Amino acid sequence: METVIKTHELTKRYGDFIAANAISLEVYKGEIFGFLGANGAGKTTAMRMLCGLSTPSSGSAEIAGYDIYRQTEQVKKNIGYMSQKFSLYEDLTVMENIRFFGGIYGLGSKDIRLKGQALIKQLGLESEEKKLVGSLPLGWKQKLAFSVAILHSPKIVFLDEPTGGVDPLTRRQFWDLIYEAADRGITIFVTTHYMDEAEYCGRLSIMVDGNVKALDTPSALKEQYHATSMDDVFYELARGAKRSE
Amino acid sequence: MMEAIVLDHITKTYGKEKIPAVNDVSLTVKSGELFGLIGPDGAGKTSIFRMLTTLLLPDKGSASVNGHDIVRDYRQIRNTVGYMPGKFSLYQDLSVEENLKFFATVFGTTVEKNYDLIREIYVQIEPFRKRRAGKLSGGMKQKLALCCALIHQPEVLFLDEPTTGVDPVSRKEFWEMLQRIKKKNITIMVSTPYMDEASQCDRIALIQHGNILSVETPSAVIRAYPQQLYAIRSEDIYKLMKSLRSNPLVDSCHSFGEYLHITLSEQGMRAEAALLAGLAAEGHGNVVLKEIIPGIEDCFIRLLKN
Repeated sequence: METVIKTHELTKRYGDFIAANAISLEVYKGEIFGFLGANGAGKTTAMRMLCGLSTPSSGSAEIAGYDIYRQTEQVKKNIGYMSQKFSLYEDLTVMENIRFFGGIYGLGSKDIRLKGQALIKQLGLESEEKKLVGSLPLGWKQKLAFSVAILHSPKIVFLDEPTGGVDPLTRRQFWDLIYEAADRGITIFVTTHYMDEAEYCGRLSIMVDGNVKALDTPSALKEQYHATSMDDVFYELARGAKRSE
Repeated sequence: MMEAIVLDHITKTYGKEKIPAVNDVSLTVKSGELFGLIGPDGAGKTSIFRMLTTLLLPDKGSASVNGHDIVRDYRQIRNTVGYMPGKFSLYQDLSVEENLKFFATVFGTTVEKNYDLIREIYVQIEPFRKRRAGKLSGGMKQKLALCCALIHQPEVLFLDEPTTGVDPVSRKEFWEMLQRIKKKNITIMVSTPYMDEASQCDRIALIQHGNILSVETPSAVIRAYPQQLYAIRSEDIYKLMKSLRSNPLVDSCHSFGEYLHITLSEQGMRAEAALLAGLAAEGHGNVVLKEIIPGIEDCFIRLLKN
């Protein structure tokens, strides 16, 4: 099995405060990996290091085969990123967003044109191509944001609470997209506060106070903690947390 | 008084938008009730809160809070309600205790006089009373905002998405706090996008695109589910989902954690047997099918599709 994320004792300190403490994990190609934790557990800090946006204090990590200290630019070219808070520009049109993000991810203009048109066709957005993204229904925006994040065929896509506040139907349609992308071999690294979504992951980790406290498949974790749902597992692990956001 | 909040055919449309943010909404909240507005982003929850707290005028319809009209009697309403907006709205550069004192003074009261009401919540942030509100953690900000909304002993408390983006453990704690506040005879209207929180409310309104889909007790919403619901899984859930969605025996199919929730086009044992036989023939291994009681989220999805 090909490993696309590999970290060894990855640590980030801010002064005396250890935001992320000696995180070691491996994520495989095509896997849906859930990255869970309470508010303030250190998820965002860890994710920023994995995306090449923040330099670790110690430890090592390779993302898509690139070192996160020396090769941050290659790391960024080989990943996609999407969050609920920041995904697309509402006052740019559908096509303008595709051009903008395609450019950011380093695609050439011809490539952007071809891939952009294919994408619009695939999503059935032909008549919306020149409309502002802000005027699209939320479900469409999400689909578009996700598709744009994987437009450059990255090895890994990082999804930071991609479904927060979204209605239950749209939330499930979004997970259909995630399954499809994983099926095509794109690795999914996703955070969520919805515990039913944790069950959709192949494996997941739960962070508490900067440490990865548990890492396994949902069913193995439930067995280990004698729990009937991931909600119970999470509660068992996170209620002892000392710090919050 | 029996009715704490009344909305009577309230409509609100913003600017040149064609679709109203709140569309002809009527509902009644009883005094002392814990009432939930359950719906996703953009459903119109915040607009309803802002009209009821007299911060926004409706285009059509009327509404009252504790018998006070939201347009005519806005001063009385402002004195008797507490409002915790979705966005953190305290003074970031005042300390915890300064914020609390400020809100008490604005309402012509003192922290000491109503301390009993907030004690259980305030003791958790008291160690940080000298810290600026802007420097607090998310969970502590939320607790301080709740204290500030309660310090004048309001009759009605409005909480707009107090648990959005909050982890499951803190969410549970927050609802425990609300149950204790309710015991002090304060009417609470709270909104949330998390369907699993609905069961904590006495009654809930399911809302989408400005329209009320249903106003009921959580158990009545569940009882109204018209079909038998099943949970099903197999060793390859993605393959199973694709197969079920194109199966004419299956009426609906949605993922729910490790299971898929499905309804069948026909009811009864025979339909179940036919489904299982078909799946076995397609080569799905370890198929588990069981009858289940729907949750609020199942009900919401069904209402969305109608």
